[in-house]
Amino acid sequence: MNVLDSKIPLGDIREKWNSYKAGQQLVNPANKRKLDIIVIGTGLAGASAAASLGEMGFNVKVFCIQDSPRRAHSIAAQGGINAAKNYPNDGDSIWRLFYDTVKGGDYRAREANVYRLAELSNNIIDQCVAQGVPFAREYSGMLANRSFGGAQVSRTFYARGQTGQQLLLGAYGALSKEVARGTVQMFTRREMMDIVIVDGRARGVIVRNLVTGALERYSAHAVVLASGGYGNVFFLSTNAMSSNGSAIWHAYKKGAFMANPCFTQIHPTCIPVHGDYQSKLTLMSESLRNDGRIWTPKDKDVAERLRKGLMKASDIAEEDRDYYLERRYPAFGNLVPRDVASRAAKERCDDGFGVNNTGRAVFLDFKEAIQRLGKHTVEARYGNLFEMYERIVDENPYDTPMMIYPAVHYTMGGLWVDYELQTTVKGLFAAGEANFSDHGANRLGASALMQGLSDGYFILPYTLQNYLADQIREPVVPVSDNAFVETEKEVQKRIDTLLNVNGKTTVDTIHKHLGNIMWEYVGMAREKQGLMKAVDMIRDLRAEFWHDVRVPRRDGMNNELEKALRVADFLEMGELIARDALMREESCGGHFRIEYQTADGEALRNDKDFSFVAAYEYKGNDNAPVLHKEELEFENVEVKQRNYK
Amino acid sequence: MNFKLKIWRQADAKSKGKFVDYELNDVPAEASFLEMLDILNETLVRKGEDPVSFDHDCREGICGACGLYINGHPHGNFKNTTTCQLHMRKFRDGETITVEPWRAKPFPVIKDLMVDRSALDAIIQAGGFVSCHTGGVPDANSILVNKKDADLAMDAASCIGCGACVATCKNASAMLFVSAKVSQFALLPQGQVEARERVQKMVRKMDELGFGNCSNTYACQAECPKSISVTNIARMNRQYLSARLADPLQED
Repeated sequence: MNVLDSKIPLGDIREKWNSYKAGQQLVNPANKRKLDIIVIGTGLAGASAAASLGEMGFNVKVFCIQDSPRRAHSIAAQGGINAAKNYPNDGDSIWRLFYDTVKGGDYRAREANVYRLAELSNNIIDQCVAQGVPFAREYSGMLANRSFGGAQVSRTFYARGQTGQQLLLGAYGALSKEVARGTVQMFTRREMMDIVIVDGRARGVIVRNLVTGALERYSAHAVVLASGGYGNVFFLSTNAMSSNGSAIWHAYKKGAFMANPCFTQIHPTCIPVHGDYQSKLTLMSESLRNDGRIWTPKDKDVAERLRKGLMKASDIAEEDRDYYLERRYPAFGNLVPRDVASRAAKERCDDGFGVNNTGRAVFLDFKEAIQRLGKHTVEARYGNLFEMYERIVDENPYDTPMMIYPAVHYTMGGLWVDYELQTTVKGLFAAGEANFSDHGANRLGASALMQGLSDGYFILPYTLQNYLADQIREPVVPVSDNAFVETEKEVQKRIDTLLNVNGKTTVDTIHKHLGNIMWEYVGMAREKQGLMKAVDMIRDLRAEFWHDVRVPRRDGMNNELEKALRVADFLEMGELIARDALMREESCGGHFRIEYQTADGEALRNDKDFSFVAAYEYKGNDNAPVLHKEELEFENVEVKQRNYK
Repeated sequence: MNFKLKIWRQADAKSKGKFVDYELNDVPAEASFLEMLDILNETLVRKGEDPVSFDHDCREGICGACGLYINGHPHGNFKNTTTCQLHMRKFRDGETITVEPWRAKPFPVIKDLMVDRSALDAIIQAGGFVSCHTGGVPDANSILVNKKDADLAMDAASCIGCGACVATCKNASAMLFVSAKVSQFALLPQGQVEARERVQKMVRKMDELGFGNCSNTYACQAECPKSISVTNIARMNRQYLSARLADPLQED
């Protein structure tokens, strides 16, 4: 029997969530007060879950790594949030949003989850508006919508280029309200080190207090991980500096399966890399692709002269520009999905048409948009993005085309969860980017905010209640319990080992090295030889790390130790990502295997052999993980090769 | 580029701090201010010295975590710029750069350049939200909002909570921060139901936490990396006054 039970309710896909809710168990108000829930992370998923669970009457303890819950990296999402409201009357519906999301994910997501996501999308907009989120409005006073990254309908709601910020501050407001009521306890500057398991159930966590350096124990009836994605395994990514994979990685080591780790998303519109000291990459909203046109010179010599600074973009005549996305994909043009746009940019650069002094950039040009719409309208739509670009690159995009290049942005993979968002460890739930659930092999633009908030506001409050219904007689496990003592010892040992290495190489040096391996061999285009090489290189690097890393000893706050703990986990995670990419002998969404492509160079899926979710079970540091397959069944969506031509 | 750095070093909240001088050479002009500090920290770690602690996270000017007092100005003396978005090309080669933490009584130093800004969270917890529960809300388009009001609310809501306004104010007043949140809701229909309580509770909490009064120097507006306008303070004052007259908080 398959150990993976996705617990998808029976019946028509349109009725599954309703029938789940009708059949789920409830906890009466008096008993909710006796039940404690730990939430790790205060991004969209964590903050919305903690606030909603607190409102219901549970005791919630919520932890964030920053000094304030408002700083979680959801705040940096720019473009918008999708919903199937069909306010513009352009033919959208829940069904179409569902269909587009499954298709966009290249048929590697679970239908039932995605349908629920599309269904709940409308509730999210209602909720956020009621909270006072200042979405963009029309002169009529109604909400404005725009088309976004690969969608043929205008279903994206936005708050200038700061949608993530406004949605997060809405959730932070709701969370603050519950902190004031006393239903939620907020713990800041804490990082989760491990999960505590008692009798097969998640019953607590060990966290490190980043100010005092002390390990702390917290106990609860259930634990929610909303700790975000693991994109920083690539060192350079658009993630925040403290974004890391350690919480989900330690959950994995405690028995939660890790699903589809190789499904990572490369975002096409980032500011290009410029130097070795660079600490992160900056994303610009892909809403820019609505009006900007992407091109490189038609002639390699011209590209060469551009790279040497002998000529400027404006010197190149219209007929000498290759608008390669419009040429290759006439139906979608510059709005093809992220993976398609990213890979096309890389191909142009690999073939010698790249610009910037590095040759790793393509142009994104607003000249035509400025002529068509006027500078004023372009400024109203993209002003803050243009300003951000100019600040970093020191060039004015109204006069000179922007330069862009793809960067790691989002991880579709994550902890395997069932329909209830429960991992394979009882009582351990995962929400938002931390789980693998809804985006398949590729996430569509403006869908991350939707998923984080639907998990937190509208799914966990039901499914956690269902889980907790038979836990009302269970007292909270005291933190003096042996399970807490032992887990804390393991964590302390990990820390002591790192401090005792006393080597010569800094944490960042090793992290950069890992990033280079990942980007080179496990990045946008992967192939068997390279992946095998990456596995070996990561192993060697891991050995070097544990042999030669320098982590200074210091009482209290120790920033280098924080980084070292995260990099230690990335060094294990990177290997699993490469192994998963090696196992998946097909191309789909963000996972492109060079060996598996069509004659036109498009991703070639293998539905016969790989239409499954790959879920890995940890079997100890010295053993290969065991692969479990959750076969994907498509009863509602016709599986086709994606075609954006 | 080469720089002489004077950086505030303080081991922890209880210790006494002092300026320590560092020389840093061959810094790329394209590096951000925080990347320059990364480079410094790498050299310190290699030498076996304690790296400089500072708050930072998104490094794209939106999370509000970073906040350094650079050459006597929060986030440096550059308009609409957070520390992470400040690039070294804006400084002169060979320049001496002084780096301090936010200095304000309600923001105690934790270590080096890192301060405790949880007082700002406490002000929001006092009422900086609309008290709606999850679920059971009306359809989004049933609440119409005049576009101009929505835009002004968005201007106010752009505050990133970095605390530069407090740090630059000679009275350590948090009026710009508080008024931005009060204004966002004052301008929107969703905020009207609790408007009177909200402004009074938030102002009371601000006073309780030791933030000073506003004496209209507008330094906060000048230094705000998100150009939050002092008109928000005027709006808050009007709302506060009318709320006090019409419906003072019971417990006052």
